[in-house]
Amino acid sequence: MKQAFITTGILVALAVVSARPAHAALRVITTTADLAALTSEVGGDKVQVDAFGKGYQDPHFVEPKPSFILLASKADLLVLVGRELEIGWLPPLINSSRNAKIQVGANGYLDASLNVKILEIPTGQITRAMGDVHPAGNPHYWLDPGNGRRIAQAIRDKLSDLSPADKAYFAQRYDDFDKRLAESEKKWDATMAPYKGTKIVTYHRSWPNFMERFGLDVIGYVEPKPGIPPSPSHTLDLIGDMKTQGVKLIVVEPYFDVKTPQAIASQVGGKVLILAPSVGGTKEAANYIQLFDFDVNTLASTLKQITGK
Amino acid sequence: MRASRFVRIAVVLVSCTASAASTYAQDTAAAQSLRAEIDQLKQDFNARLAALEERLAALPGGQPPAAPAAPAQPTAEVPAGAGGAAGALPVYGNPSATSKIFNPDMAVIGNFIGATGKNDVNPDPVLALPESEASFQAVVDPYARADFFMSFGEQGVEVEEGFITFPALPGGLLMKVGKVRAAFGKVNTSHSHVIPWADRPLVTENLVNGDDGITDAGISVARLIPNPWVFLEATGQVFRGDSGELFQSSKRSDVSLVGHLRGYHDISESTNVDLGFSYAYGHNRQGYVNGVDMGRFTTDLFGLDATVRWRPLRRSIYHSFIGRTEAVWSRQEQFGGTQTSPGFFVSGDYQLGRRWYTGLRFDHSARADDSTINDTGQSVTLTYWPSEFSQIRGQLRHTKYAEGSTANEFLFQFQFAIGAHGAHVF
Repeated sequence: MKQAFITTGILVALAVVSARPAHAALRVITTTADLAALTSEVGGDKVQVDAFGKGYQDPHFVEPKPSFILLASKADLLVLVGRELEIGWLPPLINSSRNAKIQVGANGYLDASLNVKILEIPTGQITRAMGDVHPAGNPHYWLDPGNGRRIAQAIRDKLSDLSPADKAYFAQRYDDFDKRLAESEKKWDATMAPYKGTKIVTYHRSWPNFMERFGLDVIGYVEPKPGIPPSPSHTLDLIGDMKTQGVKLIVVEPYFDVKTPQAIASQVGGKVLILAPSVGGTKEAANYIQLFDFDVNTLASTLKQITGK
Repeated sequence: MRASRFVRIAVVLVSCTASAASTYAQDTAAAQSLRAEIDQLKQDFNARLAALEERLAALPGGQPPAAPAAPAQPTAEVPAGAGGAAGALPVYGNPSATSKIFNPDMAVIGNFIGATGKNDVNPDPVLALPESEASFQAVVDPYARADFFMSFGEQGVEVEEGFITFPALPGGLLMKVGKVRAAFGKVNTSHSHVIPWADRPLVTENLVNGDDGITDAGISVARLIPNPWVFLEATGQVFRGDSGELFQSSKRSDVSLVGHLRGYHDISESTNVDLGFSYAYGHNRQGYVNGVDMGRFTTDLFGLDATVRWRPLRRSIYHSFIGRTEAVWSRQEQFGGTQTSPGFFVSGDYQLGRRWYTGLRFDHSARADDSTINDTGQSVTLTYWPSEFSQIRGQLRHTKYAEGSTANEFLFQFQFAIGAHGAHVF
């Protein structure tokens, strides 16, 4: 009997220690730093946000570390990029989280891709002969500020649903973000305006939304197919295409080797530019608006050198 | 005699015509009836002939009566809003695209292994497809998911694993029910296509039931142990008690038990350490005499596993290192006394580039039934990954067996996956 009392006492003590105080912030876990940044914009001090992936790491290949299971186990909300970006690593984290709130389809599971503009949705027969294609479309959609706005809306609505008492707070935070984003967009558009129609090459298909938004024309990729490393024959073809079309810029993500892009650039007399595909991809890109500040300004200054405009 | 044969043929033809015109059920009934009639004919030809003539005479045109019309299918009223004649009503069982939405994720992984060189003790075939694994995985309902891994081998098909997982039970429990690979160390939990070698370490072969490992029907419960310092997870498993050469039950009470405690800590964002302690207990087959468990002997296994990983995040797709070790102590009761046999392996695998990996492994293990004799081995591997979905591996293996013979072999392996994109194993 005494033992039962002690056991019950320990369990109660553990429950008290582990229970979240009623006034505590919502715990949100996101798969990428971009989604964490957008959640912070909307959630402010009413949320505590962590991200699994870093901005300078390939988001396809985040490792499902046990320390991430701990983060997932405590989360009230999971926000993911979706479109199979995280298919190689997120399912085991959800399965091991022991957290009913963030299971697929539960109220704390938010796929941010449901109301955004998705590009490159494949049509017709898809096979892995095409490389590691994403059947549901290109998942790098957050690199369009318009999609950032839509993601923030979805986060606002979900946070309001999970914490109705703070609905006005989240709405006000969103409105403020929306206003700042709109002002920045005017600035970015003006900065990029002289370079509309400029042809470039990128390493991976990470940039279709970004390039479409700012009017750049991607004519080829360093990867012969998504997820397939550069091959000599493809590299030669690409050099030929770049020479023919007068393309002088190769945009590379920070997690790819620049050896091949630099070899190509030296052949065509062009430049290799490392842009940040995500918040945290570089120190200067500490939040969502700064991500575009960095990318737009870096890209524009490089294009200015190349084009002389 | 000729007339009677003619009549018999006519009867058969008439019956055939009748059969062709009737339904399957009627056909079967007619055949049975005919067979009975032929039997009767053998017993009493004249009586049967008369009966047949009488029956034929009774049939207009020699045709059997038409089968009764099938009763009209009852029709249900179409509920309001269900579409009506012009709308699309659900057709259950129709193989339309939408009916496939709930199909599980399916994949097949082929594992082709070749072996050259000489091995007198444990010779593998020169070319073999020892395993093709088919996986079926899906969410069952809001409370559970299910995973099936069917292993198609050269000896037949077996369920390598097949279990339901309840991921969000009260109390932070994670429960699996079904046939699972036991949580004994790391190698035992891993399918063959996941381990970084073409074979399994000698300690697994000698002490932990080889390729199959401890795999059994049972119930597994795992819980995180909250603490401010490290990831800590405790797993408890109860199995039927049958795992190949290792455990064998002769009674319902001969269940085998497995316990595992896993600690994990991030030293930095690139480096982490994973430590595990394992224990397994069950009845062994050493005491069987003429199929009867006379000895009632048991085996205890104690395991220690440690893994160090290094993967710099900015170059995570190009370079990484994984150091692994597992040590196992087997305490096996048998006629003549208890054998306490240790074994271990140490390995290191380095990723040279995006597609290239190389590794070393050192093996040492006593035999479970004789702790005084040891096998040792060394391996070097080189693996090429054309893509995430295929890999080609070569392995030079030197093994010194306790029998005194030495084996120098070159193993080569092709692995290839089709179907759904599986999750990467950590």
